[in-house]
Amino acid sequence: MSASTPFALLANATSLPWADVPAWPVGEFVRTTANELTRGARLCAWFGVPEDTATRIVAVLAFDVDNTLAVARSTPFTGAYPSLTTTHTQAHLFEREVWEQHGLIPEGHPWLKPVRKNNGNAPANGEFFRVDGREVHEVAVGPIHAGVIEPGHFRFQCAGEEVLHLEIALGYQYRGGEEALIGGPHRATMSQVETVAGDTTIAHATAYATIMESLAGVDDRSSTEAPLRSQWMRAIALELERLANHIGDMGALAGDVAFLPAMSACGKIRGDFLNLTALICGNRFGRGLVRPGGCHLDLDGERAAQLLERLNTALAETEQAVGWFWDAASVRARFENVGLVSPAQATEIGMVGPAARGCGLVRDVRYDHPAGWHRFAQVPVAVWPGGDIFARAKVRSLEIQRSGEYLRAQLATPVDGNLHSELAAPVPDTFAVALVEGWRGEVCHVALTDSAGRFRRYKIIDPSFHNWTGLTLAMRGAAISDFPICNKSFNLSYCGFDL
Amino acid sequence: MKPPQSMFVIDTITHRLKRGCETMAYPDGPAPALPDRHGGALKVDASKCTDGCSACVSVCPTEAITRTTRMIAHPESPVALDLGRCIFCAACVEVCPPQAITQTGDHRMAVRRPEDLILGEAGREEVRLAAALDEKLRRLLGRSLRLRVVSAGGCGGCEADVNVLGTIGWDLSRFGIQYVASPRHADGLLITGCVSKNMELAVTKVWDAVPEPKIVIAVGACAISGGPFVGNPQILNGASSVVPVDLYIPGCPPHPLTILDGLLRLLDRLDNPSRENAANGQVS
Repeated sequence: MSASTPFALLANATSLPWADVPAWPVGEFVRTTANELTRGARLCAWFGVPEDTATRIVAVLAFDVDNTLAVARSTPFTGAYPSLTTTHTQAHLFEREVWEQHGLIPEGHPWLKPVRKNNGNAPANGEFFRVDGREVHEVAVGPIHAGVIEPGHFRFQCAGEEVLHLEIALGYQYRGGEEALIGGPHRATMSQVETVAGDTTIAHATAYATIMESLAGVDDRSSTEAPLRSQWMRAIALELERLANHIGDMGALAGDVAFLPAMSACGKIRGDFLNLTALICGNRFGRGLVRPGGCHLDLDGERAAQLLERLNTALAETEQAVGWFWDAASVRARFENVGLVSPAQATEIGMVGPAARGCGLVRDVRYDHPAGWHRFAQVPVAVWPGGDIFARAKVRSLEIQRSGEYLRAQLATPVDGNLHSELAAPVPDTFAVALVEGWRGEVCHVALTDSAGRFRRYKIIDPSFHNWTGLTLAMRGAAISDFPICNKSFNLSYCGFDL
Repeated sequence: MKPPQSMFVIDTITHRLKRGCETMAYPDGPAPALPDRHGGALKVDASKCTDGCSACVSVCPTEAITRTTRMIAHPESPVALDLGRCIFCAACVEVCPPQAITQTGDHRMAVRRPEDLILGEAGREEVRLAAALDEKLRRLLGRSLRLRVVSAGGCGGCEADVNVLGTIGWDLSRFGIQYVASPRHADGLLITGCVSKNMELAVTKVWDAVPEPKIVIAVGACAISGGPFVGNPQILNGASSVVPVDLYIPGCPPHPLTILDGLLRLLDRLDNPSRENAANGQVS
């Protein structure tokens, strides 16, 4: 289907001249985008690029089946345009964001309100959706929650225990990370990218490094490859990040249904996996490892051997602890048919990552859009149908096994060569996209350089941006007392969304 | 494929017994080793700075190191490294030709005053570790410290390593320290994150809700100074911009051991001497 698209095609982790991106008047642009989405494309990014006093909208699509990305833009305009959301729900937050940032009004958008904008000392939340009726009551939770967790506000409309609607208002973590990138890269850019979502450091850092590599000019052509050894190391670090977080999630899910043995064990094993990342780079979250042009620290033979040994121990303990979890009927019963999202809903809202794969969708950047080391060593896509908490936990459990196997295979076949190559300056007026499958799903970075090769626009889409809507759908008709386990089964990032 | 098994209470107990006690011996026993590439706290001996060199200043991503023009004119004037801004990337250590900036491998970094994190001058090469809370407040708290953890513009890193102290490996509750759900139940706040403008109201409210007397602990570079986001217009550059802070624990994020050391230091629960005392020969 991508063969006949009027969009410009580009593979993951590549760039193309900004002038080569097709541009249409906004009406035609929205119609064409809608057409491609109807044909099965997926919306990865939708954002504004200011031009004089007007703004262009840029759309980045993924044709997963054809393993290609595609990009197009509107001509600059101001004021209103026909909303894409009216036909394609997956655009709803993107259009709210563009409205908030650039004032472009998506006409017909059913729920146009701020995303993260500051209103003095709190986010400008706007009015919440309300259900009226004699038996209906409203429950407001947050921004500060009961546990050690990031802030966000949840507004439930309930009839008794049943949740009729949940509206999620975020923005509390808004640090201005994306705006800070304009005119960059700056001195602080790398460390800011590493902390966009601090539990997803490797995925975001790899996406950023990939962007810088695909922008680096060689003989007037952009795109420089990082040395293979560093690509191999990034792939290892990415799976360690996935393992730590997935095991933490399994423990948290166990904790929320009061199954303490698995909770205690997984809580500790999670730390063991974080310590494996620290073995490579000194930091439990992988800070300082991935750099544009390669990696900063090497994984020498002795260190790799130690890593493998400790990995095997941790994986064996994981298998045991997760085994208790699945063996307990009391756990299974709490997860089955709770927090349902149908495959149709997941497709409609553009869900990604384990949450999408838990609805049976075969959707994984490592497989659909392989870049870096994943071109040579793939990970199978772990899918489980059902769309309930059970399925989301099951996908994590399968991915823990697959990531473990992947790491064993990779550590057995180290790649020789340099760790880092110097990058040339970014090519001016160039557009680059990098997708990385983080542990929550698709991490998308998009960059556009100006005439001096600095960032004219840099867009970051954490998987949470796609998936928060999934949590609201999972709560429809569910009992409000099931919210904690539903929330844990998604375990989305607040700061990754708020940026 | 074997059919799903049923698990009984006795299995659960057996599993638990098999794993045994997994809580570390520290602080009665030795502290667990930091990862060899962690590096620990930094030490800055400005007297080693070469004339006019400011290599470290330009590589620091958070502008934690300053050396003003006036200072370059007077080479004996120290460079100053603010460990509260430091994200421990070690870029300065790598570029420093005379090795004026070095890693100590020491996990202990918590201080009571932000100026105790400024390193460089003679006699101030290392952090001046935190003293315990005064006797009266410690007596009031008794054997317990209950904290309301508030993430305000944090990335999830500090939150994760604050959280990990509650797991069986660290078992924070054996020290009488607990994270509680309500500020009304708390003796103080533990704040992570740079304090985004969007969290200012919430942090003010949660502070007001904690009954007196109360303390505040700032964990991580963001909560101390803004960290990687310092200077961004959407943030307030740390907890002390909104509430009075009693303990600063540096790191990005601080290692769990560093956080635990800070908490225990504040409660005077560590038998090992502070570095100052050790330097004065008052080893107890």
